[in-house]
Amino acid sequence: MGSALEVRGVNKRFGGLQALNDVNLTVEEGRIHAIIGPNGAGKSTLLNCFVGRLKPDSGTVMFHGQNLLGILPYQVNQVGVSRVFQTPEIFADLTVLENVMIPALAHRDGIFEMNAMKPLLKETDIRKKAVDVLEDIGLHDKLDMTASSMSRGDKRRLEMAMGLVQEPKLLLLDEPTAGMSRADTNNTIEVLKHISKSRAITMIIIEHDMHVVFTLADRISVLAQGTVIVEDQPENIKGNKKVQEAYLGGAH
Amino acid sequence: MFGLSRGDLLLWLFVLLLVLAAPILLNPFPESSALAQFNGGYPDLMQRFLIFGIFAIGFNILFGLTGYLSFGHAAFLGAGSYAAVWMLKLLTINVIPAIIVSTLVAGILSLIIGYISLRRSGIYFSILTLAFAQMSFAAAASVGFVTQFTGGETGLQTALNDPRILDTASTTGNIPAPSLFGLEMRDSFQWSVGDWLWTFNAGYYVCGFVMMVAFYIAIRITRSPFGMMLKAVKSNNERLSYTGINPKPYTLAAFVISGMYAGLAGGLMVAMDPLAGVERMQWTASGEVVLMTILGGVGTLIGPIFGAGLIKYFENIFSKINESLLHQWFAFLPDGVEDFFVAVIYPFVGKGWHLTLGLSFMLVVIFLPGGMVGGLTSLYRRIFKKSKQAN
Amino acid sequence: MELSALLLQVLNGLDKGSAYALIALGLTLIFGTLGVVNFAHGALFMIGAFCSVTLQRLLSTSVITLDETKLDFLGNPAKISTPYVNTWFGPDIGNAIIDWSVPLAILFAIPIMLLIGFVMERGLIKHFYKRPHADQILVTFGLAIVLQEAVKYFFGANQIPAPAPDMFVGSFDFGVYIGMNPGKLMYPYWRIVYFLFALVIILAVFSFLQFTTFGMVVRAGMADRETVGLLGINIDKRFTIMFGIAAAVAGLAGVMYTPINPPSYTMGMDFLVISFVVVVVGGMGSLPGAVLAGFLLGILESFASIRQVIDVLPGINNLVIYLAAIMILLARPRGLLGRKGVMEN
Repeated sequence: MGSALEVRGVNKRFGGLQALNDVNLTVEEGRIHAIIGPNGAGKSTLLNCFVGRLKPDSGTVMFHGQNLLGILPYQVNQVGVSRVFQTPEIFADLTVLENVMIPALAHRDGIFEMNAMKPLLKETDIRKKAVDVLEDIGLHDKLDMTASSMSRGDKRRLEMAMGLVQEPKLLLLDEPTAGMSRADTNNTIEVLKHISKSRAITMIIIEHDMHVVFTLADRISVLAQGTVIVEDQPENIKGNKKVQEAYLGGAH
Repeated sequence: MFGLSRGDLLLWLFVLLLVLAAPILLNPFPESSALAQFNGGYPDLMQRFLIFGIFAIGFNILFGLTGYLSFGHAAFLGAGSYAAVWMLKLLTINVIPAIIVSTLVAGILSLIIGYISLRRSGIYFSILTLAFAQMSFAAAASVGFVTQFTGGETGLQTALNDPRILDTASTTGNIPAPSLFGLEMRDSFQWSVGDWLWTFNAGYYVCGFVMMVAFYIAIRITRSPFGMMLKAVKSNNERLSYTGINPKPYTLAAFVISGMYAGLAGGLMVAMDPLAGVERMQWTASGEVVLMTILGGVGTLIGPIFGAGLIKYFENIFSKINESLLHQWFAFLPDGVEDFFVAVIYPFVGKGWHLTLGLSFMLVVIFLPGGMVGGLTSLYRRIFKKSKQAN
Repeated sequence: MELSALLLQVLNGLDKGSAYALIALGLTLIFGTLGVVNFAHGALFMIGAFCSVTLQRLLSTSVITLDETKLDFLGNPAKISTPYVNTWFGPDIGNAIIDWSVPLAILFAIPIMLLIGFVMERGLIKHFYKRPHADQILVTFGLAIVLQEAVKYFFGANQIPAPAPDMFVGSFDFGVYIGMNPGKLMYPYWRIVYFLFALVIILAVFSFLQFTTFGMVVRAGMADRETVGLLGINIDKRFTIMFGIAAAVAGLAGVMYTPINPPSYTMGMDFLVISFVVVVVGGMGSLPGAVLAGFLLGILESFASIRQVIDVLPGINNLVIYLAAIMILLARPRGLLGRKGVMEN
């Protein structure tokens, strides 16, 4: 299997802070790749660089031969990279179903489509696709609920459904289980496992919950102070000295 | 049916019924009664209901769906009016080319203004549109090159010796009135039943037809994937771009559509009364459509129509109430009390209509963000739910 | 083109620019501290102007006596109205007081404007901090209509003159001081007064913000409201006072503007639209930006009113401000001195 995402020499400075320092990363196609590290290590910054939210000072991020740097967020999405946000970034005033239909339409129609005279009711394919994903994720009984009135856990699941419905080639998940109950976390692990296997989606997960990381990840990169200090199989990460130091150091 | 859901179709039919029956519904008082002056069923006023209804429906497509608050839509209303007068002067006195061209001209103008203004969002967008509209107003009023087309402060109207290249020329007699294939817009049919007098005006029904089409299109837009994207722009613009959508063309399309609605309204104004003045471009006209949309219910389908009708009706009624009429109404009270009531109410009626308007507008913004229609809907839901629980 | 004509346009731009700057200063102060877009700010300017009118009327309140020695044309005894101030202080001082009613209205207007500001902020604006900017615009727009119509109800729709003290009637001949012929460069005294007055107010506001603890807290709040709130400082109360001050600044700008242009109830809206443009051009939330843009646009407008320019481009004076604003906003979206990213969404 080839590599899906190749990150080479990415640097990002915020004023006096070197947030990312020569980050190199290779994500194999079809794998679940976890990025872990202490708070402030630059995990979210790195993710933001992938989707065009931040512009790195130098480096390249190649996705199947396409450079993701310097293209706009919606273009990143259209080449097949979807992002699931840490704090739910949903369309709060719209219904759950609409929240999922929008990314589904974006996947089918591209960045703009002037279909102003077509009734939404006639978009049966899109609707079915959205309902299917919501079923997978366990929100099918809340289709017509306004998104803002959902619980926080449900919002996070909705976030994930919005990413999944696009059948992305690469799914970026920023702490998908943060704030979830144990049961919900396990459920999410199952969903992600299932989807990764059945749809062969490459995933990058940022996660603090080590249980989630070691259950899901095929490979783990450890980020500390803006640099990848170790990249290895999960079983090799656990005993790694450098990792323990980074976490202990980061805890102070 | 017709691509509408059952509920939307019923709503559309309900509005159709109101439009058809308005000449009767709005004249509830017999001609000889003292209250006859509060009848709203005369052609000029009813035409304004519908024309401003169209204006507000269009404005709502922009503000109600995308949340972009434009303070410059008067520019499109004015541009549409000028274009329509020119069509009546140059081409034909038939109103159809005038209405079509006014819509197109406003569309082009809104494409230019929208393209530039939408490079910014939030308050900057509002101020850019305001600046553009004020600029158009100043240009139409006094910039030499532009006044050739707008008539400057005096405005523009049809004249007897206009070319009207499609019509058989006549340079004698009266200035021809705008017509639809010979049916003059000012033609009316009057029907009196007992002491009631009802006027069915040709122009009113032309406006009614156009508004029903405009309303139908607005419903279709709102219920389309495109309309859903516009709502998503309002809800979370940034998320939309991480979802693979470029929000810009959607917002611009909404802006142009609403600009064309404004142009259409301007064209219809001219079709009813063939003159255009620069005051139509003033920013107070932009403010008026904002008031109508908010009062009626922003983001609702019927709210803008409702708001437009409400404001135009009460503007007309309130301005007719004067001090002596108030004294007449409260004559049954003891003198001191009568004077007190008259003194309290007087500032709000007659010339004080705008005070009432401003106050009710504030109350709606503060307490009823969904406007009158939003308020009624939630009231209805509350009662409905309660009775359901009781069962 | 002659130097004198150029200078004259700069001078002419200064008084309008002063008004723009003062209104824009208050607008941006309110925006920067409270994060609120106040469409009723023009109405405060207008109310200030009507404070002048009101005070002038109050001071001229007269007692009417009959003078049996003189007859009017109907043969009745002539009515003589004597202002109360004349009976209290004697005719010399009394007439002087009435003559000076516009400057005196400054003292009269300050408490009134502060009060209006406090009531507005506590009674209305406070409830809109958390609502979208569109709602803030709408509710203050409604308030502007209400205030304007209320003034119209009490004072009527026509312009009401409120002249400057006699001392300032007439023009100052600038030209002779810089070696021009007399009469080449005349500038009304009152406009000089207005400009200087505006400078004083602007300096006062800036030094208040710069050199007092209160101002320091407010500036910190403008930069980062939440953090200042966390420090345990009651920032809300200070912001209420800031709103009052902004209202007073707009009001004073109106008080002193009356001799330049007799006030009418629509003057608020007329100035508001341009003042908004001024704020945005200067940079939303930037106080020096508002002042700079106010004077620049005032002078620009006045240059566009030169006859030679009008001959080439008739009517350009009416739209040059908007044209400039659009170009500046597109070239430099944050405005002349604004920070990046303020009020984007």
